[in-house]
Amino acid sequence: MKTRRLATLGAVLGCTTALATPAAAEELTLCWAAWDPANALVELSKEFEAESGHTMNFEFVPWPNFADRMLNELNSGGKLCDLLIGDSQWIGGGAENGHYVKLNDFFDAEGISMDDFAPATVYAYSTWPKGTPNYYALPAMGDANGWFYRADWFADPEIQAAYKDATGQDLREPQSQKELLQIAQFFQGREIDGKTVYGAAIFTERGSEGITMGVTGALYPWGFKYENTPGSYDMEGAVNSPEAVEALEFYKEFYETATPPGYTNSYMGESLDAFKSGQVAMAMNWFAFFPGLYADPDIGGEKIDFFVNPPQNQAGSTLGGQGISVVSYSDKQDAALEYIKWFAQPSVQAKWWELGGYSAHNSVLNDPGFVDSQPFAGDFLEAMNDVQDFWQEPAYAELLLAMQKRVHDYVVADQGTAKEALDLLIEDWTETFEDEGKL
Amino acid sequence: MSSTPIDRVAQATPKKVARRIKGLSDRAIAWIFVAPTIFLLLAINIFPLIWTIQLSFTNYRANRLNREVENIGLRNYERILTDSDIWLNMQATAHFLFWTITLQVLIGFTLAWLIHRNFKGNAFWTTVIVLPMMLSPAVVGNFWKFLYQPQIGLFNYIVSFFTGRDPSSFQMLGDVDLAPWSIVIVDTWMWTPFVMLICLAGLRSIPDYIYEAAEIDRASKFRQFWTITVPMVLPFLMLAVLFRGIENFKMFDLVVQLTGGGPGSTTELTSINLKREAFEKWRTGYASAYAIILFVTVFGLASIYVKALNKVKER
Amino acid sequence: MSAHSITAATSRAKWVAGTLVILYAVITMIPLAWILMTGFKSPSDAISYPPKVVFEPTLEGYVNLFTTRTRQTEEFLAANPPENWADEIVRQYDMVIVGPSKFGERFLNSVIIGFGSTFLSIFLGTLAAYAFSRFRIPLADDLLFFILSTRMMPPIAVAIPIFLMYRELGLSDTHLGMILLYTAVNISLAVWLLKGFIDEIPREYEEAALIDGYTRFQAFYKVVLPQAATGIASTAIFCLIFAWNEYAFAVLLTSATAQTAPPFIPTIIGIGGLDWPAVAAGATIFLLPVMIFTILLRKHLLRGITFGAVRK
Repeated sequence: MKTRRLATLGAVLGCTTALATPAAAEELTLCWAAWDPANALVELSKEFEAESGHTMNFEFVPWPNFADRMLNELNSGGKLCDLLIGDSQWIGGGAENGHYVKLNDFFDAEGISMDDFAPATVYAYSTWPKGTPNYYALPAMGDANGWFYRADWFADPEIQAAYKDATGQDLREPQSQKELLQIAQFFQGREIDGKTVYGAAIFTERGSEGITMGVTGALYPWGFKYENTPGSYDMEGAVNSPEAVEALEFYKEFYETATPPGYTNSYMGESLDAFKSGQVAMAMNWFAFFPGLYADPDIGGEKIDFFVNPPQNQAGSTLGGQGISVVSYSDKQDAALEYIKWFAQPSVQAKWWELGGYSAHNSVLNDPGFVDSQPFAGDFLEAMNDVQDFWQEPAYAELLLAMQKRVHDYVVADQGTAKEALDLLIEDWTETFEDEGKL
Repeated sequence: MSSTPIDRVAQATPKKVARRIKGLSDRAIAWIFVAPTIFLLLAINIFPLIWTIQLSFTNYRANRLNREVENIGLRNYERILTDSDIWLNMQATAHFLFWTITLQVLIGFTLAWLIHRNFKGNAFWTTVIVLPMMLSPAVVGNFWKFLYQPQIGLFNYIVSFFTGRDPSSFQMLGDVDLAPWSIVIVDTWMWTPFVMLICLAGLRSIPDYIYEAAEIDRASKFRQFWTITVPMVLPFLMLAVLFRGIENFKMFDLVVQLTGGGPGSTTELTSINLKREAFEKWRTGYASAYAIILFVTVFGLASIYVKALNKVKER
Repeated sequence: MSAHSITAATSRAKWVAGTLVILYAVITMIPLAWILMTGFKSPSDAISYPPKVVFEPTLEGYVNLFTTRTRQTEEFLAANPPENWADEIVRQYDMVIVGPSKFGERFLNSVIIGFGSTFLSIFLGTLAAYAFSRFRIPLADDLLFFILSTRMMPPIAVAIPIFLMYRELGLSDTHLGMILLYTAVNISLAVWLLKGFIDEIPREYEEAALIDGYTRFQAFYKVVLPQAATGIASTAIFCLIFAWNEYAFAVLLTSATAQTAPPFIPTIIGIGGLDWPAVAAGATIFLLPVMIFTILLRKHLLRGITFGAVRK
């Protein structure tokens, strides 16, 4: 606290204080979202502290404020974070606006190869422009949006019989989006153990990215595309394709007929709450939470099981996850790079997975024991095969906010039709790309 | 930085100042006393305002430092004024303004009128009533979100207790029709005391002899109320409306915590929309134009209003 | 409010008025009482249906507010018995306290920035108000109106150029930056209020002092200031309350080092969703000082509010 304030004072007075002394023990600050995996990372980082002599501080921001606060911090050239585990969509802005240090030379010098990481994660978390060998982050945490459900309810013979009666089918992990909805509708309003329960908790949050992350879970399996030809920004007919319209209508129906009352603005936390309080049969959420859920003494263990976002016309999951970057405004870049070097080691990556983080390292993922190491490990691999991400453009925030508005207006506020919402979305996005000079 | 007068004045102890300016002319003292304030306002109010005006003609983005800044003339203004979504935000703001002010005036005036009866303990209860307006709107607004939760929230429970409706059958913050009212309720809860205090000052400014004269003329209490009390309090009331109007036009913290502008964009007041443009989309130039438009709107409306107010006062 | 013969309310009217006002006061207090109560509930009591009025009080919310905790294995828990009562509380969730939370820091920031900006506003404001009150300053009325009109800008609009300016000057997320900003916002009201208070002090006092051989400054310092003390105090409270409660600038211009409590409290989360008892505990600690202030200093405060508004 005090040193930081003095440093600020120094900066204010225009004094150039001596530049970071090399080899000295530094105090590094790592910024990330406040969630289960962050606690695991604190645990993991103790080893780094012991090995390197540096001290690690952490600044964890709750998800609804994470993007807002961290992007604000980067845009104001703040020195708060030396290391940042930033969301995948930030990579474009981070690279183009010079917030992130380019890591290619460092990787070459230290013998860190991106071939050692799962290709989907390298593509999504590290590269800019997309798919080129220009790296601005090391894949830190693989993630996708998946589902979990009350295995104890699904296994209950009475409930199974009732489901058979109602639908003529067996109650099982859904194999399609429509089956998912059918099961959710079956549970909606049902009495179980003397309590009224509901179908599923889905993402409907307006403020940050919630409803977009939720609705893309329906859009991708229906075959939604951002552009007709990748890189062309030609969206008419792709973003508002008949499949996209159908998927959006599906999500609205899901919201209206199979979610608990009052979940009009819910994201990760609300989804977890709904499930933990026994209100819902199923819930969508990021794989990142699954270790914590499985370990939960009340609803974990035997009572819970997991499935990949079900396919419809095709398989598709919404990508989450982050890479770890060095912030270019940091005065302690050398120590920060040391951390990345340490983190990239296979042994550390293995421990990372063990503690509840999702390693993206091939040595972990390809390990023959991986699939059986956790009940959701296989699902995770499956999901990561078919992940798609939102725009990662430098203007991503604008694109995302437009989608948040259009989708929330339609799904939750019940304005207009699905087609109109997507048409308006194309208008918004076209305007943004025109401003960007890309159209 | 060490050369700024603000710092120098702040650091200088009164003693030093005293020694330095001893024997100075009144004129010099006047300027020495006023200068730091003017300087601070120039640096943190005026200069930024001019900068905002300048930015409003560009396509500048504060998050894109390597991008070339172009002068695009009035295009930002044109885009804002023709954007139908922004007009919806304006409508939401107008709804919020109209109803908060109406409710606050009605309740605030009634309370002041009751308190003016000077019952025993009225000073204490006035203080109690004033408490909400002293508190942080962000912190309180955040907690009201909890009170508004369907089922578990106290608000829904109390409503269901009196109306018999199922407390989980409606949701104040998530429902398109109810959300605009949920923010009106909280703002009214918070700021009615302000209107009340101003009205109370108005009531107390009416000299007793006017009423005494009316009694002698055998004017009924009802007639006294409409011919003496209301006209005499009106200038005060109008002032209260001016202040609440300006404050609520700027409204950000309370509503952002309550609804964040949702559901959809039903409670997206202009300030919330402006925040999204300026600090989430980072369209700095565009947002600057937006800010200027808002400023001119408030300033214009307030000036017209003040003219009307002066007429009322003169009567 | 002297008793007067004809216009004084009858005792029945007083009784009715009193009852209605007290009823309103009680209703208006419910949300605040609920914050206080929720702070002492366990998380499950806080979200129970129907809402619990009677519950077993616990300090869980306060413990969660001030600490960070982590889940631990049974072996670890068995090997390390709880060290104190707070530890015991978190043990029921198989967790251990691993350190303090950031609440303390954020609260301290609120104190530093609140008092810093109040001091500066009052210091500069009193000087300016004295000058405006006693000397002929060209365009004084225009200047005063202009000073006040800067408050009409929405804070978000002001924040745009301030953000850019602070980024250039390195003032983003610093205490100094926030103190200067809050001072600039407060000073217009401070000058306005203080000028009113100083206007009320008869000029003859100073003139007498000047004749006695005081310099102008000594007259200001030794005669006017003591006379204006209560006015200064109530203005100071206004400035302090504004800075204490301010949210928009704080959320946009600070992220950690100088972040104050209002943007922080709504983001207190537990495992999973919002930890309402901890949020309520934070809100209680944050709101209580202002409530106590308001009750203790009610006379000056209420006078200040009406005075500031009505003078215009």
